Amino acid sequence: MKKEILKILEKDSRLTDAQIAAMLGLTEEEVAQTIRECEKDGTILGRLTLVDWDKTGEEFVTALIEVKVTPQRGDGFDRIAERIYQYEEVESLYLMSGAYDLTVIISGRTLKEVSTFVSSRLSTIDGVVGTATHFILKKYKDKNIAFETQPEQQERMMFC
Amino acid sequence: MSGIGELLSDKVVSLAPSGIRKFFDILNDMTDAISLGVGEPDFVTPWHIRDAGVYSLEKGFTKYTSNAGCLSLRRAISAYLERRFALRYDPESEIVVTVGGSEAIDLALRVLLDPGDEVIIPMPSFVCYEPLTRVAGGVPVLVETKEENEFRLTPEELEAALTPRTKALVLPYPCNPTGAIMRREDLEALAKVLRGRNIAIISDEIYSELTYGTKHVSPANIPELFDRTIVINGFSKTYAMTGWRLGYVCGPADVIKQMLKLHQFAIMCAPTTAQYAAIEALDSGDIDVARMREDYDRRRRLLLQGVRDAGLECFEPRGAFYMFPCIKSTGLTSDEFCERFLLEEKVAVISGSAFGAAGEGFVRMCYAASTEDLTEALVRLGRFLERLSKDGK
Repeated sequence: MKKEILKILEKDSRLTDAQIAAMLGLTEEEVAQTIRECEKDGTILGRLTLVDWDKTGEEFVTALIEVKVTPQRGDGFDRIAERIYQYEEVESLYLMSGAYDLTVIISGRTLKEVSTFVSSRLSTIDGVVGTATHFILKKYKDKNIAFETQPEQQERMMFC
Repeated sequence: MSGIGELLSDKVVSLAPSGIRKFFDILNDMTDAISLGVGEPDFVTPWHIRDAGVYSLEKGFTKYTSNAGCLSLRRAISAYLERRFALRYDPESEIVVTVGGSEAIDLALRVLLDPGDEVIIPMPSFVCYEPLTRVAGGVPVLVETKEENEFRLTPEELEAALTPRTKALVLPYPCNPTGAIMRREDLEALAKVLRGRNIAIISDEIYSELTYGTKHVSPANIPELFDRTIVINGFSKTYAMTGWRLGYVCGPADVIKQMLKLHQFAIMCAPTTAQYAAIEALDSGDIDVARMREDYDRRRRLLLQGVRDAGLECFEPRGAFYMFPCIKSTGLTSDEFCERFLLEEKVAVISGSAFGAAGEGFVRMCYAASTEDLTEALVRLGRFLERLSKDGK
């Protein structure tokens, strides 16, 4: 039941408890209770809106930064990761397998803000041995949603 | 008066056009309208299936396939039917790939009927069975199924419709427009009635993957019906492939042989690109079907509760993606209801009477629509019904 509720909310967080209850054949109270529990234990971390900022004319850039670090004795990568993600401009931070260690994603900033962040904050952290910054040129799809949807088919048959 | 119009066949001219289209011209000119009228998945065909079609074009597969459809597709269909529904058909001699389920229905009626032969058709049901029966020279015998039986065909109703001229019985389950299904025991009860009579069953199972809380049972799953059943299915509803126009028909080899003959003369073969896409659908589409079914199920529950909360009676549909609420309490006819609901609240639903007289007093709502649309449609339905009841007082 929990999994079903979470799957539905992950797709559309605006649905009301009553709607989710109807969809799953549960009572409203059961749904509300489950959601409360998930919020309490941190299973549900937040409810966001996916925005295509390009449509607003705002000039925001998104950057993906590969970071190589020296893991620290005792703490592995966690300590250094914590030092990075505490920066307010960091949108996402992932530990990676492969050629580099951490992926930092920064968005909603100007080009200058990103470069300042990389040169004066990120690279100067103890244990960071290298960075490679990639700017995202265009977003096609995020969180399962395509940014440019295909135009509606012109003629649609209306019976069957 | 002269001209080619004078030359038209009476048989065709006398057919009534489908009633479903009635209000769609109005709908097209409306902004902010919501359509729960279209009987078609709102999903796009899953990408890997579309891609397989594109790839076949890149490879240059643009010629005819064999008349019955490419053998690899027929093999895939055979494997799929066995895997999903425990039905066994020989890909070489018992399967023909058709242009949608509709062609298969037409073929089945044509190969069975001689002038005057009767075809029993449970109503309300999809609009094509009656006219296609007439065109094939047959006589449709319409049987009204009842809401209190959840629109299943009962053995009593079947018994009462049988005559010495009965040639075939259409079983359109899961049913468009009612959402009704037939359980195994319902089919076994029909089998008892048919015992000792030689009557073919045309089983239109285009919605077989869309059942909720229960698994589809085909009349061909009933051992004593297997040999007399023609199973019709297709890709449109299951894989959201309506525009690809691909279906198939399975049955005893001697029937399939005759169907193939007609198919060969009128159609040659089903579209090649669609056939390659269909192989991909059968090979790796189970997960898409499961995802879509889960989604439809949620919308079904949402709409059912909403419709009932708004004050309409509605039996719980267990198949397809339609709901068939009763609107008799409003005092309007189905046509009036649909017209006013569309003009006053900009929501399109289909009049039950478009599916035969048995559908009068009901409307068809299709829940293959987004949650937002369904939610908004329910708000408007509530408002509409409230206004109707105020006006009535």
